Amino acid sequence: MEMHKAKRVEITIEAVMETRLTEALIKAGVTGFTILPVLAGSGRSGQWSREGQVSRAGGMINVVCIIRPERLDALLTAAFAVVERHIGVVSVTDCEVLRAERF
Amino acid sequence: MDSILSLAAQNLISPIILFFVLGFAAAFARSDLSVPEAVAKGMSLYLLFAIGFKGGASVAAHGIDETLILSILAGVVLSFVLPFIAMALLRVMTGLSAVDAAAVAAHYGSISIVTFVAASSVLSTAGLMSEGYMVAVAAAMEAPAILAALWLVARADAKSGQGGGMDAGLLREILLNGSIVLLIGSFIIGGITGQEGLDKIASFIVSPFQGVLCLFLLDMGLVAGRGLRDARHLLKPGLFAFGVLMPLVGSLLGLGAGLTLGLSTGGVMLMMTLSASASYIAVPAAMRVALPEANPSIYLTLSLGITFPFNLTLGIPIYLAIARAITGG
Repeated sequence: MEMHKAKRVEITIEAVMETRLTEALIKAGVTGFTILPVLAGSGRSGQWSREGQVSRAGGMINVVCIIRPERLDALLTAAFAVVERHIGVVSVTDCEVLRAERF
Repeated sequence: MDSILSLAAQNLISPIILFFVLGFAAAFARSDLSVPEAVAKGMSLYLLFAIGFKGGASVAAHGIDETLILSILAGVVLSFVLPFIAMALLRVMTGLSAVDAAAVAAHYGSISIVTFVAASSVLSTAGLMSEGYMVAVAAAMEAPAILAALWLVARADAKSGQGGGMDAGLLREILLNGSIVLLIGSFIIGGITGQEGLDKIASFIVSPFQGVLCLFLLDMGLVAGRGLRDARHLLKPGLFAFGVLMPLVGSLLGLGAGLTLGLSTGGVMLMMTLSASASYIAVPAAMRVALPEANPSIYLTLSLGITFPFNLTLGIPIYLAIARAITGG
């Protein structure tokens, strides 16, 4: 089966920034993404868990976008403007997709 | 003094406080006791709905006067002024940076609706009434503190590039956050439908209220205990002292405002409680957006781990005793 090269961008960021990030992505032409809740983790600020968070302020989300390689720069520029000052991680990995016309 | 101690002792053995203590102790003992997130959210919606509706129905019964508008205005002014006092105390008592101090200050200008609900419950147990529109005062006190804190940061750190950002989106999120919409919405519906409306749903919002509040405070105890357990290394003596002193300072300003407005004993006590409480829901979310450089562990631990338990256990009886002693209620 024919596979097509794509980029998988994963952004872990504070839940309060969700709308701002997705709006920036849509503005940059990235209309396909998946948002997942994050249960717990550990980072520079120590261990963290969703359990015991009294508000959304303490929560984190994971935004996953799979895009064509030529659209990567536009996505990263848009995402960086939102995530620059905030806690989180942005990572890019190579992947392959079955239906290129969907990305 | 005796009446304060006796009231404090009475308050400490009430079910709502004991359930809070149970949650707090369970968290410290690392018990796996937990309240599911959706249940906690549901209980918080229920409490906001009930307190808003009852406040609206009370306003409908007693009528609207100019004190309502003046009380809301006083709440807005208090919420805007308190962060300046908090900031000054923080700079003297702690070594926090301007950004961290401003973020903490914003929490102390804003309010804790759960503390307000608990204070209302204590009032009702003591057989005292309060002005129904204090619910609207509580809602009005949520946002001004955030603006004051952002202004404080802009002034203190204008050149560092760490100044907070307030855009239209954030302003909308603050003013239209779910808690405010439900509280004010229920208040208006309660005001429109009045006592007749309250009678129709009393079996849902009056009788079960105390039980739901107990369970909700169990969850709050768990959350506060876990937060304090995980971040206690941050709590230097100066910060701890601020977490206890600031509510007392705030309550005195609330006392002055309540007396100037001529509120009832219950109204004065609620104004004191609102001024003494610190936010841990709306303001942390706003601070994460506007001041991401501020350390959330500091402001959440202070407001939720120190000031909230203090107000719940000792603060509320103190405010009630002072309000009673001064107003003669």
